[in-house]
Amino acid sequence: MGIFDYAPAPESRAIANLKPHYRPFIGGEFVDGSGEPLKTVNPATEEVLAEVNTASTADVDTAVKAARRAYDRVWSKMPGSERAKYLFRIARLIQERSRELAVLESLDNGKPIKESRDSDVPTAAAHFFYHAGWADKLDYAGLGPNPKPLGVAGQIIPWNFPLLMLAWKIAPALATGNTVVLKPAETTPLTALVFAEICQQAELPPGVVNILPGAGDIGASLVEHADVNKIAFTGSTDVGKLIQRQVAGTAKKLTLELGGKAANVVFEDAPLDQAVEGIVNGIFFNQGHVCCAGSRLLAQESIVDELLAKLRHRVSTLRMGDPLDKNTDIGAINSAEQLAKIKGLVESGESEGAQRWTSPCPVPDKGFFFAPTVFSDVHQSMRIAREEIFGPVLSVLTFRTPDEAVTKANNTPYGLSAGIWTEKGSRILWMANQLRAGVVWANTFNRFDPTAPFGGYQESGFGREGGRTGLEAYLDV
Amino acid sequence: MTATTATSPQTSAAETPLPPALQDATRDDASLRRFLRGLPGVDQVGVEQRAAGLATRSIKKAAKLWAIDTAISMVDLTTLEGADTHGKVRALAAKAKRPDPDRPDTPQVAAVCVYPDLAATAVEALEGTGINVASVATGFPSGRTSLDIKLADVKIAVDAGAAEVDMVIDRGAFLEGRYGQVFDEIKAIKAACGPAHLKVILETGELATYDNVRRASWLALLAGGDFIKTSTGKVSPAATLPVTHVMLQAVHDWHAQTGELRGVKPAGGIRTTKDAVRYLVAVHEVAGEQWLTPHLFRFGASSLLNDLLLQRRTQADGHYSGPDYVTVD
Repeated sequence: MGIFDYAPAPESRAIANLKPHYRPFIGGEFVDGSGEPLKTVNPATEEVLAEVNTASTADVDTAVKAARRAYDRVWSKMPGSERAKYLFRIARLIQERSRELAVLESLDNGKPIKESRDSDVPTAAAHFFYHAGWADKLDYAGLGPNPKPLGVAGQIIPWNFPLLMLAWKIAPALATGNTVVLKPAETTPLTALVFAEICQQAELPPGVVNILPGAGDIGASLVEHADVNKIAFTGSTDVGKLIQRQVAGTAKKLTLELGGKAANVVFEDAPLDQAVEGIVNGIFFNQGHVCCAGSRLLAQESIVDELLAKLRHRVSTLRMGDPLDKNTDIGAINSAEQLAKIKGLVESGESEGAQRWTSPCPVPDKGFFFAPTVFSDVHQSMRIAREEIFGPVLSVLTFRTPDEAVTKANNTPYGLSAGIWTEKGSRILWMANQLRAGVVWANTFNRFDPTAPFGGYQESGFGREGGRTGLEAYLDV
Repeated sequence: MTATTATSPQTSAAETPLPPALQDATRDDASLRRFLRGLPGVDQVGVEQRAAGLATRSIKKAAKLWAIDTAISMVDLTTLEGADTHGKVRALAAKAKRPDPDRPDTPQVAAVCVYPDLAATAVEALEGTGINVASVATGFPSGRTSLDIKLADVKIAVDAGAAEVDMVIDRGAFLEGRYGQVFDEIKAIKAACGPAHLKVILETGELATYDNVRRASWLALLAGGDFIKTSTGKVSPAATLPVTHVMLQAVHDWHAQTGELRGVKPAGGIRTTKDAVRYLVAVHEVAGEQWLTPHLFRFGASSLLNDLLLQRRTQADGHYSGPDYVTVD
């Protein structure tokens, strides 16, 4: 124990306004789904939070019909300036209920409250504000005259940023005049169902937004449904490939935002202390459950020892524990399944000869936790350098020259994001042009803004979300 | 060196020979310049983001009480006005001894900080209390005078019995790139201090960039400063969290390279308990736990103490009491 032990400072879980039962949201009403009910679990304690009634294939059809009706009768005919009013209203309601949403998100997902409070929920609101502004200006988005919505959008989102990914999907779809059937992830359905309440509060016309909790089979039947015009998916590359096969040969438009194995490249002239911050933020933000996480650190050989010493000191100050504690930096891994996957890859790193260092921070007895881990002496041929771990595990590789840095950074089937750390502006511009990644951060990492398009190359998917470019994915242009 | 006591900083500048890389740095003016300019840069956005992030730590209950008492014990209770009188200094000394007369368990402050001509009065008033007298010197606050005068100023302070000397660096020379001159001056003043501990005021508000703060921090550490101090309190901005982060990182790195512990003192503009706790969190997480002692961290402040006392009472009593319940000196 240290001399300055921070007393527990937990956010009250009562704020989450947790209910024992949650139900699907179809046609503006909460209805009984006919699927098998699922129990959603708090990954920090393994206790059941609530029972969630799920949708069946028949419910998918009902929801798509509701969305179609809302599209034909109301939403596609409504002037953009009127649609904008609903989006502004939703954005304000997210802000009003931000504490409730933040606590509920941390309970259901396991992420630290400081992240759900300071990042997820405010950014979700920002996406609605931003897209509300576009709703009546689509003619001027540079996508051609009078761009038309596509119709009904089927959207499937992952468990790592449940509310934020919902906002990334729903805000542009509604702004451009589409209606939505969204399936939240099986392990994190709660904030999406509170969002459904917000749609009711905002008096959004029934059927414009439908939310169907369920497992992968519900996602599959949504993808297969004949009356869906657009599929937007964020999740694993494997499922993304399945979806692409399913929609092949149909008229459905598709955008995929999949995995990543981002390189965070640190040159010897980098601002080292801030690079350490960026590395930590890049891989330990949200327990590393981030598709654009900076999971491969590429450090110039001349500074690797100094950088690693600084990094280990910094990582050992990260506080792991109760996600609701305001001082927690690292929360719980979202599920036992994900924890097992992380452990498996970490074992492969050890058996393949990489040097493992794990933070000496205390690990809670209950719940799914994995202490921040840094592997050095990692080589391109190892699994931990190639496969997405999706956990708080960093692989450190080295390079000698800028060309080698580019080659190694690009040597991955993925291409979602990358980071460059150097005080030399010309090198930043040169590198950014060479890197095959949808987002390139310079002297920072994991910064998100609704105005900036986000998306990948190769196995990281296609299509962009956010910004003017992101509108195109929901418009017939 | 004398054994460390509860009241004298345990730092021991330039006691053991520096590692070769650092010895090289001080060989001549050109080496010093190369060394300082070769330090890694500080990214402004990054350090400010980190400081703002750490400032969201929520310090409650027992941790808050500990932080308040620790912060009180780290205060350099300061009066540096043209209007300072012997009476004012004696009143401040009395406050330093018994910050909260109703609560005798309240810790004493670390030191009382005054101008050199009043150091003798402070020494007399604090004799036998364990509270140090710190005297500013070297043509404080601007330092725009000759080295002879600065040394004479230090002599006044040391002869009066000041245990700590707070000097200012020549910011003009630093900004002109004459690092060697700044270095030599600090060395000369350190020598003139004798056993008194030297705090080197960088006046970060005039250095303007974080890169300069980092260079000036290393320059002062290389020249033998026991503490690096942000500001005189006469220039705005005075102490800020990100500037203090950069300086805490410097003493951390200095320790990693030399094994020596040097201190940091933010001064000016820290008025509330909330601010002070944020600084302690930064000390804890940027420099490290071993810096959480008055030997290695101080607050240069005057009004901060009363807010700490009010918050201390609030923690104990469960309700706020007004400003009339603490003494105004």
